[in-house]
Amino acid sequence: MNINLTLIGQSIAFAIFVWFCMKYVWPPIMQALQERQKRIADGLDAASRATRDLELAQEKANETLAESKAQAHEILEQANKRAAQIVEEARETAREEGDRIVAGARSEIDREVQRAKEELRAQVAVLAVAGAERILESSVDESKHRELVDKLAAEL
Amino acid sequence: MAAGNDTTSVEYIQHHLQNLTFGLHPQNGWSIAHGQEEAREMGFWALHLDTLGWSIAMGVLFLLLFRRVAVRASSGVPHGLQNVVESIVEFVDRTVNESFHGKNTLIAPLALTVFVWIFLMNSLKLIPVDFLPGLFAKMGVDYMKVVPTTDVNATMGMALGVFFLIIFYSIKVKGVGGFARELSFTPFNHWALIPFNLLLEIIGLVVKPLSLGLRLFGNMFAGEVIFILIALLPFWIQWALNVPWAIFHILVVTLQAFVFMVLTIVYLSLAHEKH
Repeated sequence: MNINLTLIGQSIAFAIFVWFCMKYVWPPIMQALQERQKRIADGLDAASRATRDLELAQEKANETLAESKAQAHEILEQANKRAAQIVEEARETAREEGDRIVAGARSEIDREVQRAKEELRAQVAVLAVAGAERILESSVDESKHRELVDKLAAEL
Repeated sequence: MAAGNDTTSVEYIQHHLQNLTFGLHPQNGWSIAHGQEEAREMGFWALHLDTLGWSIAMGVLFLLLFRRVAVRASSGVPHGLQNVVESIVEFVDRTVNESFHGKNTLIAPLALTVFVWIFLMNSLKLIPVDFLPGLFAKMGVDYMKVVPTTDVNATMGMALGVFFLIIFYSIKVKGVGGFARELSFTPFNHWALIPFNLLLEIIGLVVKPLSLGLRLFGNMFAGEVIFILIALLPFWIQWALNVPWAIFHILVVTLQAFVFMVLTIVYLSLAHEKH
């Protein structure tokens, strides 16, 4: 185990190997490693971004769905209300119409009754004159008693 | 080759721990050492061909594999080898980021090189101790100590590299004056204690590469010796010790590479810190 020139030789070889490694081996490998690291980081980034986008989209969809549900509900309610209103209005109109018809009929009846009364009164005057003629057995001067008979008829 | 009739156990072990040495021998000139004696006589001016060969082979294997991935690296879905390489790179990068807080493009590649290279060199240990030396012996190469990290030259060579980086960055970040001030005025901020501080700090500085290199060397060398000792047993019982020891060494191999890397990062991190 002698110390000899091998020591120097080994040192030189060592230096050359280190130099070569530093120049031609280390940089390309490290570069590839860093590039891959960057790519993986980018990929992970993109994935997390996509997940976030998906979440946002889902949230938005849910929101829209809820909104449309609310809208539909509102529309339905409005329609129901409107229908109720229409029914109420129709009912009102019908009642008014009915009332109007009833009132018309009633005035017609009144008029008829009035006319019948007029007629009856006229007939009664004639009948009364005839009756009186028959009772008196004599003719009554129509023109003389006219005023009397009319008074009588008016009292009926 | 368990201990045969012609080689004693001691010779067998020594043979296995002998590097293939090429150097300047006083008598033979530049030549390959035939045995321990000649290798020792060569002194400093010698190279361990096996250590250098295997360590460079492992370094080139590391760079080829990783460069292949680096060229084809894409940010798409990774497959096969790219997966393995990327997980190693990310592991190293994480460790660096945890311990090193300055800005320096050298630290991470340095840590990666240290980790994978030492791991690969240590892993050679899991090849049976006689396999490769036997193969080379057939080709006429007498000595072959395969695992480079069981050679103190290899581990200290790397530790020295780290040591120079520590000095370099200390001076670069703090300036020569700042570095000198740090050595002189810590831990005791008083002029009278400068020599004492210098002594402490310089010992602390020198111990860093020593602890780096010797820890790795010690662990690997001890493990290797145990493997060689196990190989001395009769062949039919070797598995009983060899297998658990090898499985344990899967842990040791990785752990030692990791420890070397972490300490390198920590030492360089300390060099970047201003007090």
